[in-house]
Amino acid sequence: MWRDALLVAGKDLRIELRSRVVLNQVGPFGVLVLVLFAFALGPAPAPMLQAAPGLFWVAVLFAGLLAVQRSFALESGDRGDGLRLAGLDPAGIFLGKAAAVVAELAVLEVLLGAGVVLFYGARLHSVGVVAAACLAGTLGVAATGILYGALSSGLRVRETLLPFLLLPAVAPILLAGTRAWQAAMSGGQPVWPWLVTLSVFAVVYLALGVLIFGPLQEST
Amino acid sequence: MTVRILGISSLVTLALTVWLGIWVTPPDRVQGDLVRLVYIHPPIAWVALYLATGIATLASLAWLWSRSRSPYWDRLAASSIEVAVVFTALTLVTGSIWGRPTWGVWWAWDARLTTTALLLVVLLGILAIRRIPADPETRARRSALAVIIAAVDVPIIHFSVVWWKTLHQSATVLNANLQPTIHGSMAWTLLLGFVAVTLLFFWMLAMRMRIERLTDALEGAELTDALEERWAEGAPEVEGVAR
Amino acid sequence: MAPAVLLRAAVALTGRFPALAGADLVVAQGQVVVLEGANGAGKTSLLRVCAGLLPVTGGEAQVLGCDLRADRAGVRRRVGMLGHAAGLYDELTVAENVRFAVRAAGGDPAGIDPALDRLGLVGRLRKTPLGRLSAGQRRRVTLAVLVARRPELWLLDEPHASLDARARRLVNELVGEAATGGATVLLASHEPEEALPLADRVVTLAGGRVLGEVPGGRGRPAGRLGLAGDAHVA
Repeated sequence: MWRDALLVAGKDLRIELRSRVVLNQVGPFGVLVLVLFAFALGPAPAPMLQAAPGLFWVAVLFAGLLAVQRSFALESGDRGDGLRLAGLDPAGIFLGKAAAVVAELAVLEVLLGAGVVLFYGARLHSVGVVAAACLAGTLGVAATGILYGALSSGLRVRETLLPFLLLPAVAPILLAGTRAWQAAMSGGQPVWPWLVTLSVFAVVYLALGVLIFGPLQEST
Repeated sequence: MTVRILGISSLVTLALTVWLGIWVTPPDRVQGDLVRLVYIHPPIAWVALYLATGIATLASLAWLWSRSRSPYWDRLAASSIEVAVVFTALTLVTGSIWGRPTWGVWWAWDARLTTTALLLVVLLGILAIRRIPADPETRARRSALAVIIAAVDVPIIHFSVVWWKTLHQSATVLNANLQPTIHGSMAWTLLLGFVAVTLLFFWMLAMRMRIERLTDALEGAELTDALEERWAEGAPEVEGVAR
Repeated sequence: MAPAVLLRAAVALTGRFPALAGADLVVAQGQVVVLEGANGAGKTSLLRVCAGLLPVTGGEAQVLGCDLRADRAGVRRRVGMLGHAAGLYDELTVAENVRFAVRAAGGDPAGIDPALDRLGLVGRLRKTPLGRLSAGQRRRVTLAVLVARRPELWLLDEPHASLDARARRLVNELVGEAATGGATVLLASHEPEEALPLADRVVTLAGGRVLGEVPGGRGRPAGRLGLAGDAHVA
């Protein structure tokens, strides 16, 4: 399982390094989300500052959605035949694909974090909390994303189905991630419940993915 | 026959609940006539949030785990998901009718309300998956897996929303108002309401199962036709080979 | 020894359409069987069933001793399929693609270089991203994967399509070598003349069923000369 996970993650990241689709298209898209929300919120700094943590996570979720779509788009052939025929362990495919998405999102999050600080004037007091929240949240987004991505891959309606399935499912990440960031920005608020929520979410979905990715692959 | 008994008894108990709820029980001191929603809203929410979604989850697990891949479990899951959508929507509607006069707004970001709304979206997503054309087994597998992925999520959504509220505001309004007002005839009416709505749920479930069974039978017949047509495709060439 | 492929009244659906409508086929290990039939006869579906891709909903189906109705993912590591969707990545180079496929299937990496040589994928071609190759060159990469992976069952869907005469001869040689090495080959083709000399049997499909079969040219006196003889006939 781990060997196959490494193999798949290495393959996906190598393709990303060559094509730079996530970095060159999804990254700017995430920054665009931040800019558009700034327009929606108006030029006053106070509401922007208040909304900054939430907008960061909204941008991460959208970017995660696109990264997952890309992750399945690069598997050639309809119905994911190629990946199934390769003879890889399904749990390995799940972990490998999730790891690649985590790595891609981590780069984007640095970009988006810089964007939030730059555009919205957010000040982060506790970088450790932010980093922990990002890591746990990203693992959760990637795990759910790969699960729903596999469920909708190969279907004609995948582009519309995936956001519909994925976005409500990751609502706890948006909620807990935002609170953790707020705590990191202002200090004094409890932060542990949110880090625990994010970690529980990530662990539960990683475990679930390892268990059910086999049957999931067969459902296309 | 059982379906008919279920139907009649659910209608009778429902009528009794309405009669007791509107004419017999007294209005509440604080909430007035509004309290009469208590006989219908919690039972609907119980069916939506626990009974229907619980049955859908168990049926999906049963389908995945049983070696036989019995279509029965898939039919049960499909039917309870659909009925769950109806009851979840009703929970939101009755809750918001109740909320307008008590809270002064149609919608409050109350923990239960928010969880219920997300649950409705998740259930609609599962229905969307079921509507994608596929052979019966693939559709059953897809649906069962989607239910399990979602079932894991709902408790996490619930707890995160509860914390989200409790760490910033007082506890939910619904909870505080509900408990102390119930006594005497009201308790009995509420109990009857639970029985009636539960019976109604099982009646709808049984009816829906019957429709699924008939659809399956029809699809089975269509498959037989399709197989015969497929055989006919090859028929002329049989002679060709024989020659 | 269990047969490599055993189908009894096998029914397989694509959507609600019975792509296989009760197919019967038994293939012993080491045989080369050519599947012929019109478009839509069920050739590709039969191969997809044998690869464990298409679920069997009726009848009996076993491949390499595995019951496909109980577990169809188990055989995939032992089966190699050449089809329309190749499972290759445009952004990776030829060598990287073959290496990934071989390592994914748990094959021996030592077989990669000889396989690339065999298919004429040498020099700069190895470092070329797959996206820049022609259809025929891509097909050669897929074949290189098969040769390097050494699956027990080869499933070839129209292997001669989009190949020039030399490459077609090469395909025939590879099939012959695989069978000599003990592998079983199922080859779907709508122009069976091309594959006839190397087949033990030619099976005709129509309407999702097996209609009949004729013996092929492999193992006959003319074919005993081996690969050179085959190439001469072709």
